[in-house]
This record gives sequence, C-alpha cells and structure tokens, in this order.
Amino acid sequence: MNYPEHLLYSKSHEWVEFTSEDTAKVGLTDFAQDQLGSLVFVNLPEVGDPITAGEALGDVESVKAVSDVYSPLTGTVSAVNEDLLDTPEAINQDPYGAWLVEVEGITDREELLSAEEYETLCQGEG
Amino acid sequence: MEKKTPLYEVHLEWGGKIVPFAGYLLPVQYQGIIEEHMAVREAAGLFDVSHMGEVLFTGADALHTLNRICSNEFSDMKVGRVRYSPMLNPKGGVIDDLLIYKMAEDRYLMVVNAANREKDVTWILGNLVGDTKAEDISDEMAQLALQGPASKEILTGLVSEEALPKGYYTFVDQVDVAGISCLISRTGYTGSFGYELYCKAECAPDLWKTLMEAGKEKGLVPCGLGARDTLRLEASMPLYGHEMDDEVSPLETGLDFAVKMQKEDFIGKQALIDRGEPAISRVGLKVTGRGIIREDATLFAGETRVGRTTSGTHLPYLKAAYAMALVEKAYSAPGTVLEAEVRGRRIAAQVVELPFYKG
Repeated sequence: MNYPEHLLYSKSHEWVEFTSEDTAKVGLTDFAQDQLGSLVFVNLPEVGDPITAGEALGDVESVKAVSDVYSPLTGTVSAVNEDLLDTPEAINQDPYGAWLVEVEGITDREELLSAEEYETLCQGEG
Repeated sequence: MEKKTPLYEVHLEWGGKIVPFAGYLLPVQYQGIIEEHMAVREAAGLFDVSHMGEVLFTGADALHTLNRICSNEFSDMKVGRVRYSPMLNPKGGVIDDLLIYKMAEDRYLMVVNAANREKDVTWILGNLVGDTKAEDISDEMAQLALQGPASKEILTGLVSEEALPKGYYTFVDQVDVAGISCLISRTGYTGSFGYELYCKAECAPDLWKTLMEAGKEKGLVPCGLGARDTLRLEASMPLYGHEMDDEVSPLETGLDFAVKMQKEDFIGKQALIDRGEPAISRVGLKVTGRGIIREDATLFAGETRVGRTTSGTHLPYLKAAYAMALVEKAYSAPGTVLEAEVRGRRIAAQVVELPFYKG
C-alpha cells in the first residue's frame, strides 16, 4: 500500500493535493481502490458545480457495488478528469495519478491527515 | 453462525476474500471478479459450490413424487440425464428452482439452492407420494464447478475422455479422478462449456488441489461468488430470490420450457391456470444511458411505472452494463426504451433479446 508524503488524506479515503492556497486536486487513495476492487464506472460532477466538505461529490462503481466519493473540501469544481469516464480502471492502476476533480475557491475542509496518520488509520481498517 | 464448506481452509490458503452467503462462509473473489469472469470465458475457472443442497429420492414412487412436486416432467427421462425444474407452491409461486439427476429408475438426486435448503426439505417431506424416501445428504457432499472452454482438456489430463459425460445435461457417476470417486455432469451456471463434480465432503480439498494442479498450465483460476453471479447474469440465467421467488410464477419469469401444463397434475398447476395469461414478463435490458442499473430499480416508461429490475451490473465479457427485469407485457418487446431510477436519477435502457451472451 502506497501513501505519498506530499498529499493530505481524508478519513473517508480521498487524497487532496493543494496546488495553491485555495485550489486542490482530489482523488481516491490506494487503500480505497484496493477495497473497492476493479472500478467499471465513475460518476463525476460538472465544472462549476459547488461541492461541500463531507457530502458526496460523485460515485464510483465496481461490478459488485456503488460507493459514494465524499468531498473533503467546500468549493467549486474547476476541472474534471474526463478521461476517467472512459477508463475508470485508471483509478485502480494509478490512484494518485488519476485525480477526479480540481476544486477552487476553497472555503472549508474536512479534517485532513498526514500520510503517516492516514497509514495508521488504514492499518486499523484493513 | 455461518457454516464452512469442506473447502474453507483451501479458500484461505488460496487468498479468497471470505464473505457470508446463504448461511455459508464462501469466497466472493480471489484476484478479482473481472479477471475470474474473463478466465471462465476464455480458459477455465474452478468454483466451490458445496453450499448447494442435495436431496436423494429413493423408492418405487420417487418418480411420482418428483412429477407431483416439480412442474417439469420426468417420466421420459433416461438414467444419466439431468433436468431443470421449478418447484411450485400451491399459489403458483416458486419455492425453488433445482436440478434432477436420474441415477436409476428408483433413485434421483435433487440439487437445490443453499438459501432454500431447509424450506425445500420441509416442503418435500410433507409432500412425498407412496413409497418414496427423501434424504438431505448436503452435508456429506461437496460440489466443485469447473467451467470454461479449457475444462475438457483439464479433465482429460486426469480422466479418459470416454469416462466423461458428453451431451449437455448428462452425467456419469463414479468417475475416478486421481483416486477420488466423483459424479461428473455437463452442467453449470456460467453460460460457458463446463462440468460440475460432486464428491464426498472429505475428498473435496484433494479434488480442488488435483484440478488446480491439472489446470495450472491451461489458465485455470480459482473463482468466487462474485464471478459466479456476473457469469450467470451475462448468460441471462435466472437466480432464485432475484428473477423468481415465492410470489413470481415460472411463466412470468420465462421458465415456460420447464412447466408442463399438459402433465396430469402437479402442485401449483391449478393456480397457474387460475392466474391466467401472465401480465408481466422477464426481459433483458441494455443500459444506453450513463451508469449501472442494479437490482430493485423501479422502471418507468415516461412517468408510468412498468416494472423493476431483478439483477444488474457491468458485465465483464460484454464490457457494458446490463440488467434483467420483470416488466408489464406491453413494455417487454425488444427495442422498447425504458428508464430506471437509480440513486435519484434516471438511466435509460433498452429491452434486448435474452440471453445477453451465448457461449
């Protein structure tokens, strides 16, 4: 299991990469993709959609089940990784490369963990 | 407390991800549902289906009992043949769907769904005709399903080809597979070529290892319940509790071929007559909108509710999302466009011919 040092992590297994003070990319962690299994569908918001920390921003589906993706941030969607709509398996193959959305105008956030703290959390759940 | 099949330790050893299912602890997957599904379509997969129930019918009136409690007809059946049948309640709903193996003129093996085993046995024991004995032998038996185009080549590495059952839905009893006595049938629940092997419970771990070893070079992989479900859905085979239940009649869910209305009498026949021409029908849906439609989604034609889905997911070999559904007859013709309500939004789907996949 991989926990890159330069990212922050939500307790609901999303990673956050701040690109400026109020802009960040959000994706699913290696632990999340491993628990979900092979993903076959991704449902993402649209550019301009407001999203709220702690609420679903979209969902991902494996053969077995659908799972919500929770937003760790409150802000506005400024970009969506459209490539994932055709290749959801990229999340399994490269979870930290396969960002889901970029968020700008961030005004609030969930409690975010460091890589070390997040690894401890996953070891408790795994 | 869930029961363990004779292969529980083997599943742990092989890295199976264990879940409770129908009262048993079974692997939902090993390396992944999609990989296992594709292996069965293109090479072979091995499944532990020991949770299935087996009931042995013996006695001079065993045939009469089966003809009374099942909707299919067994009088013309030859020894060595397998036949599918629903077993109906007096209201014409389905108690279970099952397989009958004819071992001898006065000896039949019934294979039932694990989740229904107790309900079935109670019902059967209350409806025996004349000289018939029915015995639940499930705990003494294990069942492995070897499925996929490479299955024959794998088995012929262990058994001479002449010893194997040839036609679909035939079987051979007491086949020696590396010293283990097996009943082998040309049956399965995947839509691909394959066999099911029954042996004594205590022999199951050795049989599993023997088959995995024989299939090592031929692409054989261990498979879990997840792939079993996607494979049967891709092949459009109905599953008890989904496409049928105690309320749904076999005629509504497209099992007419196994309901012999011309047969003198069987439990549920009068109810089927009284219920008349079915108002609903089982259909296949190909998802044309974005998303996946799973079971129990309400189906709409415009604003009119016309049915519900009974199973559905992304199908790995067809690489698209499909579902099966029970819909009003007027909306069951291929080409009909419907919408499913999924998590607060509508996803479009089109009625298509069954089966989705034909091996």
